[in-house]
Amino acid sequence: MTHVLEVTDVSKSFTMHLRGGVVLPVVRDVRFSVSAGECVVLAGPSGIGKSSILKMIFGSYRCDAGAIRIHHAPHATDVTQAAPREIIVLRKRVIAYVSQFLRAVPRVAALDVAAEPLIASGTARDAARDRAANLLNYLNVPERLRELPPATFSGGEQQRVNIARGFVGEHPLLLLDEPTASLDAENRAAVVRLINERKRRGAAMLAIVHDLDVRDAIADRLIDVSAFAAAA
Amino acid sequence: MSERTYNFAYLDEQTKRMIRRAILKAVAVPGYQVPFASREMPMPYGWGTGGVQVTAAVLGPNDVLKVIDQGSDDTTNAVSIRKFFAKTAGVRTTTRTEEATVIQTRHRVPEQSLSEKQILVFQVPIPEPLRFLEPRETETRRMHALAEYGVMHVKLYEDIAHHGHIATAYAYPASVAGRYVMDPSPIPKFDNPKLDNCAALQLFGAGREKRIYAIPPHTKVVSLDFEDHPFERYRHDAPCALCGATDSFLDEVITDDRGSRMFVCSDSDYCERRREAGSTPQSATAEAPHA
Amino acid sequence: MLDAHLIERFGNADGFADPLSDQPLLISEGLTKWYGRQLGCREVSFELYAGEVLAIVGESGSGKSTLLQMLAGQMAMSAGRVLYRMRDGATRDLSLLTEAERRFLFRTDWGFVQQDATLGLRMSVSAGGNVGERLMAVGWRHYGKIRHEAESWLDRVEIDPGRIDESPRSFSGGMRQRLQIARNLVTAPRLVLMDEPTGGLDVSVQARLLDLLRRLVQDLGLAAIVVTHDLAVARLLSQRIMVMKGGRVIEQGLTDQVLDDPQEPYTQLLVSSVVPV
Repeated sequence: MTHVLEVTDVSKSFTMHLRGGVVLPVVRDVRFSVSAGECVVLAGPSGIGKSSILKMIFGSYRCDAGAIRIHHAPHATDVTQAAPREIIVLRKRVIAYVSQFLRAVPRVAALDVAAEPLIASGTARDAARDRAANLLNYLNVPERLRELPPATFSGGEQQRVNIARGFVGEHPLLLLDEPTASLDAENRAAVVRLINERKRRGAAMLAIVHDLDVRDAIADRLIDVSAFAAAA
Repeated sequence: MSERTYNFAYLDEQTKRMIRRAILKAVAVPGYQVPFASREMPMPYGWGTGGVQVTAAVLGPNDVLKVIDQGSDDTTNAVSIRKFFAKTAGVRTTTRTEEATVIQTRHRVPEQSLSEKQILVFQVPIPEPLRFLEPRETETRRMHALAEYGVMHVKLYEDIAHHGHIATAYAYPASVAGRYVMDPSPIPKFDNPKLDNCAALQLFGAGREKRIYAIPPHTKVVSLDFEDHPFERYRHDAPCALCGATDSFLDEVITDDRGSRMFVCSDSDYCERRREAGSTPQSATAEAPHA
Repeated sequence: MLDAHLIERFGNADGFADPLSDQPLLISEGLTKWYGRQLGCREVSFELYAGEVLAIVGESGSGKSTLLQMLAGQMAMSAGRVLYRMRDGATRDLSLLTEAERRFLFRTDWGFVQQDATLGLRMSVSAGGNVGERLMAVGWRHYGKIRHEAESWLDRVEIDPGRIDESPRSFSGGMRQRLQIARNLVTAPRLVLMDEPTGGLDVSVQARLLDLLRRLVQDLGLAAIVVTHDLAVARLLSQRIMVMKGGRVIEQGLTDQVLDDPQEPYTQLLVSSVVPV
């Protein structure tokens, strides 16, 4: 099995300087790996640090210790040591992140929001919009919404745009934070199909899922993050 | 009452040497504006003090001087300056272009081709062609030094954008020896081609602005333009009402208060020569000294 | 609408279109400025690659504008140097360029968008003349082509090309700023410096301008350094950020990382001071 992601002894805490320097530990000595074609689900109660782990892998959060190695042949990059430029390249080519809530640039049409990762990595605008449109179709986002900015969409519609954006680029490693949380049963099923299909195509996935049915449908392995909880 | 005596051509010899040094520098770097220490002259700024100082510096006792103003020998200014040099230098003066060795002019170039034995001295109000777009002297000096002349074409672009053609009718900028862009003084653009490859030495003096520049004989002078809007000489489409010339620059003269007008040669000497030779408004096409 | 012809002409958003993209486009080494005994800016070092947007944020007196002016050659530096990779691939110390080379560079390969558009434009020249000036400065001599190019750039920055002959005096603040951008981009610069590009504009006008900048940067693969006090502008436009205070860089890194997980006390203060809308 080819490891795409290797997390080794990663620890993180927040230091709140504005609160007198109080330290909030998050996780300690996190260790796991994810291979191509498998979906690993992070489990554990709210606040345990699951989202933080995803963000550290994506580079949105710093980590205090440890290594996060991404294998993208012929290279391997340790996100914790990488220069900002390397992480930018990784995000274009290797890692896609579907956040829990869509954080979109205002005034950009949903179709362009979804197409953006492809455009950023060099695909022509029209081809990118076509691919994005296909995904939005698959996720039942009606055509009349495509040219509108997502700010006024329902939570479920926004999340589907978010998912389309995450999946449009065919990245080898996908980080999914509650991808189905605001979706109804029909759309949840569509997302599950999408995830499984990508898995079959060799993508590695790391997901946070609270819904047990969805979890059972997509997870190859579970990792209980409480095992890495840092003592306060 | 004792007669006041002047040094030859009014200026003292040291001043003349200073001006000649400036002229030499100007001739050595065609089109480059050389600063000089302009003197207090017995005429106000704006009345040709620059031209007069240059003429005074190059005049010798055997020279023959012609002075024209807008092409004419008999306007007030031309007459005054001619008398000034007659009195202070005692040189022979003339109205005939081919007889003169030094010609001082305000705002025109004589129609007749000049020879290598002649010097043409221009009176210049504002020597800096970039001044209209760039008010800072420090910046214009830099632009000339680095040959940054893009802004000159911006001016021409603006003309075409607003008028449909390059509307600059006089003081039309030209590039000298492929390097410096100069303002040829407010001569009509009709005269610009005469500056190119001229056999005579052309000197430009700006007294108020304290600059001298020069075009040495047989120097390439190219008026700025666009590929799709090439430089065009403009001339009233009429023969001279007095001599019939169709190749000279014309003045428009209003003859009554009902709008009647006639066109006559601006160069009064040229017109007179032609009439002496028998040309009339009815005679056939004129000889063309300037192709 | 930015189109294929533009991308073909100027390269696409992926910095990898540039074969030397593994070499930095701009290197700043130890840039320092003392105003007498007052520190303006101290030991600022960074590298910028093609296609990257770096935001420099800080409050008044942080030194960010001083830094930008030193980079743009508008202010002499007390110490340090700036290296730039020219179009021919050679990396050169800007202070060793002749003045002619430096001025040519700033007119072609670099752009500088001023906060006050009246300083970055010729107010007495028409919009078309403003956009066409750089082209004329590099030798374009065909009026029709210059005008055509100016029209298409006005269109790209969402100014009605029918206003090409109007003076910027009749333009609104946002339009003047967009005209300034067009004027700078017409020679396809690889690096654009921007000093508070949205400063002084109404919020809705700012939004439109930011959208335009974002698209242009992405479609043209520009590298840019944006000085701003507004964190939202930084988040929208940049991938990397440098936080300055008192003339020093106190934190730098990925924009989302620095803004989501600020490490330094001052950065945490800045981030928490922004009221989310």
